[in-house]
Amino acid sequence: MNITELTVHELQEKIRNKELTSYEITKAYIDRINKKEKDVGAFVTINENEAIENAKKIDEIIENGKFDDSTKIDESNIDSSNNLAGIPIGIKDNLCTKGIKTTCSSKMLENFVAPYDATVVEKVKSEKMPILGKLNMDEFAMGSSTENSAIKVTHNPWNLDKVPGGSSGGSAAAVAADMVPFALGSDTGGSIRQPASLCGVVGLKPTYGLVSRYGLVAFASSLDQVGPITKDVKDAAILLNVIAGHDEKDTTSYNMPKKDYVKSLKNDVKGLKIGVPKEFFGDGIDKEVKDKLYEAIETYKKLGAEVEECSLNVAEYALATYYIIACAEASSNLGRFDGLRYGYRADNIKDLKDLYVKSRTEGFGDEVKRRIILGTYVLSSGYYDAYYKKAQKARTFVKKQFDEQFKKYDVLLTPVSPTTAFNIGEKKENPLEMYLADICTVSINIASVPAISIPCGVDSNGMPIGMQLIGDRFSEETILNAAYTFEQKIKFRENHKPSFKRN
Amino acid sequence: MKMANEDYELIVGLEVHAELSTKTKIFCSCPTEFGAEPNTHICPICTAMPGALPVLNEKVVEYAVKAGLATNCTISQDSKNDRKNYFYPDLPKSYQISQFDKPLCEHGYIEIEDDFGNPKKIRILRIHIEEDAGKLNHNEFTGESLVDLNRSGVPLIEIVSEPDLRSSGEADRYMKKLKSILQYIDVSDCKMQEGSLRADVNVSVHKKDEPFGTRTEMKNMNSFKSIQRAIEYERERQIYELEHGNKIYQESLRWDDVDGRTYQMRNKEDAQDYRYFPEPDLVAIKLSEEYIEKMKQELPELPEKRKEKYMKELGLSEKDANSLTSSKAFSDIFEKAGEICKNYKSVCNWLNSDIARILNEKELEAEQIPFSAEDLAELVSLIDSGVISSSIGKKVLDELFENPRSPKKIVEEKGWIQISDENAIKEVITKILEANPQSIADYKAGKDRALGFLVGQAMKETKGKANPKMLNEMFLEELKK
Repeated sequence: MNITELTVHELQEKIRNKELTSYEITKAYIDRINKKEKDVGAFVTINENEAIENAKKIDEIIENGKFDDSTKIDESNIDSSNNLAGIPIGIKDNLCTKGIKTTCSSKMLENFVAPYDATVVEKVKSEKMPILGKLNMDEFAMGSSTENSAIKVTHNPWNLDKVPGGSSGGSAAAVAADMVPFALGSDTGGSIRQPASLCGVVGLKPTYGLVSRYGLVAFASSLDQVGPITKDVKDAAILLNVIAGHDEKDTTSYNMPKKDYVKSLKNDVKGLKIGVPKEFFGDGIDKEVKDKLYEAIETYKKLGAEVEECSLNVAEYALATYYIIACAEASSNLGRFDGLRYGYRADNIKDLKDLYVKSRTEGFGDEVKRRIILGTYVLSSGYYDAYYKKAQKARTFVKKQFDEQFKKYDVLLTPVSPTTAFNIGEKKENPLEMYLADICTVSINIASVPAISIPCGVDSNGMPIGMQLIGDRFSEETILNAAYTFEQKIKFRENHKPSFKRN
Repeated sequence: MKMANEDYELIVGLEVHAELSTKTKIFCSCPTEFGAEPNTHICPICTAMPGALPVLNEKVVEYAVKAGLATNCTISQDSKNDRKNYFYPDLPKSYQISQFDKPLCEHGYIEIEDDFGNPKKIRILRIHIEEDAGKLNHNEFTGESLVDLNRSGVPLIEIVSEPDLRSSGEADRYMKKLKSILQYIDVSDCKMQEGSLRADVNVSVHKKDEPFGTRTEMKNMNSFKSIQRAIEYERERQIYELEHGNKIYQESLRWDDVDGRTYQMRNKEDAQDYRYFPEPDLVAIKLSEEYIEKMKQELPELPEKRKEKYMKELGLSEKDANSLTSSKAFSDIFEKAGEICKNYKSVCNWLNSDIARILNEKELEAEQIPFSAEDLAELVSLIDSGVISSSIGKKVLDELFENPRSPKKIVEEKGWIQISDENAIKEVITKILEANPQSIADYKAGKDRALGFLVGQAMKETKGKANPKMLNEMFLEELKK
């Protein structure tokens, strides 16, 4: 048995049947990380000693039968089989972890240790899950290839010369390379789904407001959501059960009864109405990607779903809207990194202005600066109406377009990324082309709806292709079941494995 | 110059910031208490740690709504927060959460007296909620500036008036009225010396029949006197500039109280662009009609109402009623002391004459009166029951300000109890008459003033303790003999 190849639900069973201990699992992952990290470069911080220590403690608790569900943060109606005690996890490095560095892959926060845990981290800890480490990302989650990390380059496990996608590239690569059983990522415009797609794993961007953002270092507050990156759909449902729910520390999180997402996995899509927006299959989308998606559509039809073409004319507005709103919010959110209270501070300072200018010039990378400048510009007096205000109107329009579709369809099916993983360095010098990598994903964040990315095959070079299933607000159950049913049919993981090859 | 001066009309508008007296800050649960050790009332939220999110304190909304209702504003049922972006070390997030285009309260007014004593409505454009910034402590010896974030996130309301004020006197009365209202409804302690009430003062001048002139703004003024002086100065300066063919620039000025003049604060080219946009970390503020109605019911009695009551039910003059209700502390003492001793008229006289005079001399606010309403009631009762004379009463009052304790105790300690014993008074009268034969002669010759002199001598002899009424009567009796 190769421990690190097991899914989380398989590991749960091994722990329950006393076939494996948390220590054995955690140790296996630490060994795997130490073996693969030099090739993949997924981790900013490996939390080896603490993870091992915690795993031992958790084993004692499990052994003594003292595991007490009441210590969980959420009183919920979730099945007790959702018990994740002892199963380790990886955390994207923009989620605050008390005592472990949270760098956002930026020189600005290179040595920053948060004095508190993000709410999702608190939830993970209260489930008694050891934290394997913090995962690499594009600096402050800005990017689509993880090349904007100031810490290191992350390589795609399917081809080490290619990018893992981004911004949660470290999380997706680590899951694909079996360096973590699953991971938490964050998604502002595709940052969970696009790397999941490029790395052949499952990534879920929940409805805005389903998961608390408290302790997620903000990029664009009205778009950011935390979500799972996992080996399969059931693992995504299991992790969503842990992190979903109202948090009084985040007033934008919704207060509604907890759901058990695992129960929604029925392996049945008969009668499910799937719309395929033709605008998402235009010229910019690679033919091999389109072909795999057409195959997926046929699969759904065979499974009994009602699939038809529809029109969702949002893509062209969504990208512009996204970059205006996201950059505007980012320019304000990143103001707190001023070199005064924490984080990077430049040397040889003349005066206050010099302190601000030098610290921010030296502490931020190019892409972050580009977006701060863009965002500052669109909010400036004289330009606000033409850009920010117009973008807000466009956002309302995009939402309405989605609302219209969800009157007719349960799920919308689209590509995640226009292409499979591109070469490292290929788009780095061309930001606009990089922004186009988000063309299929940003409208989902703009509309605040949930979407899941699951692998549906590989291209002629053996690189994974993802499919995006979009649902109406708070209909995670519907898209999880649709994804699960497809996954059970095509059995992607059984047929394809990352090869760690090079070009 | 003098001629020109009278051609111009002064236009003043005030933006008043009042710290709300909620127990905790506006977006976190840190205490708002003033005067703690630097950086002890802080948390990840009010120090802007990465990932921290604000949660709006409902009490802040409640207090702001009450302030709006008390100033005749319309309360918005659909309001929101916005970010005001700028860099400064006392502002940890690099933006202040405020309200831009949808304030909680709009279109109110308060009534003051103009310079001729006529009632005048000063319109209020809006009241919005926002957070205070931290404080910079500059060390003059080391040249260092240290940041104290205890005040970061303390809730404020900003009350913006229309430019309806036409003199420094009106501005002064407006500020005082506003302060008294906020104290009456108990949403702010309005301690100007602690900066919990401060104003940005906008001043312009124009010739009548011409459009309003360009205004200048003096920020963060926190004394009534400075505000008046600054307005007067700025008026003179602007008229002088205009009369000499110069332009007035729209700019922020700093009032220097020592030099008695304003200074330019920053270059005009550095004008801030705050890049306001809706705060995405907070949901919109939706208030139901029931909520607003409930706040109305909870609103305490306002000064106008008390004034009316004092005039109608207690028969006080308008002047007295005005003066008593000028501050809540004053009015509270009046009501409580009056209720205990049942002599409202006398309590009113003490407050409006001697106590008001002493407060003025000592430059104290009514809230700083060191003794209680019970003490004042006891003082009035001592006089009413003839235990002490009213002139002794004044001495007791001085004692109450110096070293507050029970007036009964003061009178006993000092031996100030009034002499009302007939034999004792007769003894004094005999002594005084023997010593002043000339006065007796004068009186008999028709000079009534002589009586006053004799009574005065008797008071002097008894150190003011003789019952003045008895002295008068008994002297008359003796002189008629």
